[in-house]
Amino acid sequence: MSLIKSSLARKYVMALSGLFLVTFLILHVAINLASVFSPDFFNEASHFMGYNPIIQFLMQPILIIGVIVHFVMGFVLEIQNKKARDVSYVKYKGSANAPWVSRNMIYSGLVILAFLALHFYDFWVHEMAYKYVEANPEDPTRYYYETVEKFAPFWRTILYVVSFVLLSLHLWHGFASSFQSMGVNNKYTAGFKKFAKIFAVVVPLAFAFIAIYHHLNPITH
Amino acid sequence: MKLYLKIWRQKDASTPGKIVDYTLDGVEGDMSFLEMLDILNEELVSKGEEPVEFDHDCREGICGTCSLQINGEPHGPDRLVTTCQLHMRKFNDGDTIVIEPFRAKAFPVIKDLIVDRSAFDRIQQAGGYISVNTSGNTIDANTIPINKYDADEAMDAATCIGCGACVAACKNASAMLFTSAKVSQFALLPQGQVEATERVQNMVRQMDLEGFGNCTNTGACEVECPKGISLTNIARMNREYLSATCKG
Repeated sequence: MSLIKSSLARKYVMALSGLFLVTFLILHVAINLASVFSPDFFNEASHFMGYNPIIQFLMQPILIIGVIVHFVMGFVLEIQNKKARDVSYVKYKGSANAPWVSRNMIYSGLVILAFLALHFYDFWVHEMAYKYVEANPEDPTRYYYETVEKFAPFWRTILYVVSFVLLSLHLWHGFASSFQSMGVNNKYTAGFKKFAKIFAVVVPLAFAFIAIYHHLNPITH
Repeated sequence: MKLYLKIWRQKDASTPGKIVDYTLDGVEGDMSFLEMLDILNEELVSKGEEPVEFDHDCREGICGTCSLQINGEPHGPDRLVTTCQLHMRKFNDGDTIVIEPFRAKAFPVIKDLIVDRSAFDRIQQAGGYISVNTSGNTIDANTIPINKYDADEAMDAATCIGCGACVAACKNASAMLFTSAKVSQFALLPQGQVEATERVQNMVRQMDLEGFGNCTNTGACEVECPKGISLTNIARMNREYLSATCKG
């Protein structure tokens, strides 16, 4: 019980849920890249993810719980942090001692949360309706077409790309920071921080590339 | 040089404070920041006004008594120095300097620029000690072999003077750097192992009770610490706490 009330335990929860979401991002970007390089493989992988019962009824709820835990804990920590300084400084020079991204995780996180609402509406809600409400038959070839079609509107492509920039900023600090929160800071940390920053650029860049690629290469009938 | 000072004035803990403007002429670059405030206070006293209250003691950078948020940074713009060792040559003629108390709910203002940092004392009392037999057969600490690396790390952590700059700098008013330094200086040494499990749990519990914020790992505390206490101490405390909680 003391663990749940502790400030350090809340940081463990934040770090572990964040790391879990990072592993999901790797899987997500790998499958999405297939939509550019191999539409057939993309269809196969998407169909497997959409109809495998372990993925659907075990992994998917765990993922949703992971997302909820991460942002709810983010809000809890933010509220506590604001309370810890009840009178603000007249002059506070945060840029003198800490990077902007580390001081504004709540804002990059809020943009990502808003993006997730749009993203869930675009793909997840549609998928649930297709399978469980409309009870359509299985169609292993529909995913590529549905994905490319989503990026036809310019506004959606821009919203996705802007969100990926914020995701990059969030990961830039958050990925390596989660290891510090879990107590890992040793001779490998400097090297890992460099890897985490490369990851924070490459993964969102890949997502943005996929969105822009499909916007510029619509399916013509 | 001539300076334009904007100083937080507050009569007492229950009276709202405000920034008051002062102009001070004749400041020399060789003066310390506190000597500059001494001159201001002499002028105020000679005019029959109440002097600006601020904390100070050793004026050698070792006691941790002086504080002050200077132009938005604890202990001012210089690195690895306390306010008493900050020289006015770091400022220019005609500069405006904003001087405020360290801000945190756990550091309530007593008067003007003086804050109550006894929260740190209570964190220390919660576990920042070791058991030593003082009944006449006390073992000399130097007879216990200690790895040089660990001894150096423990000594580095022990250089924390408890000034509170880490809390003042942190956007969350977190006291993790202070608490972790006090945990680390014992956790690294064999003498600290007896109370290791209880120490980290009790000190973190007290830190939370005092109302300090959480750590976002921005690193602001490490940059502003006048003694260069490293973030590795926070990671060590996180490990110690996880380990202690698992042991129960």
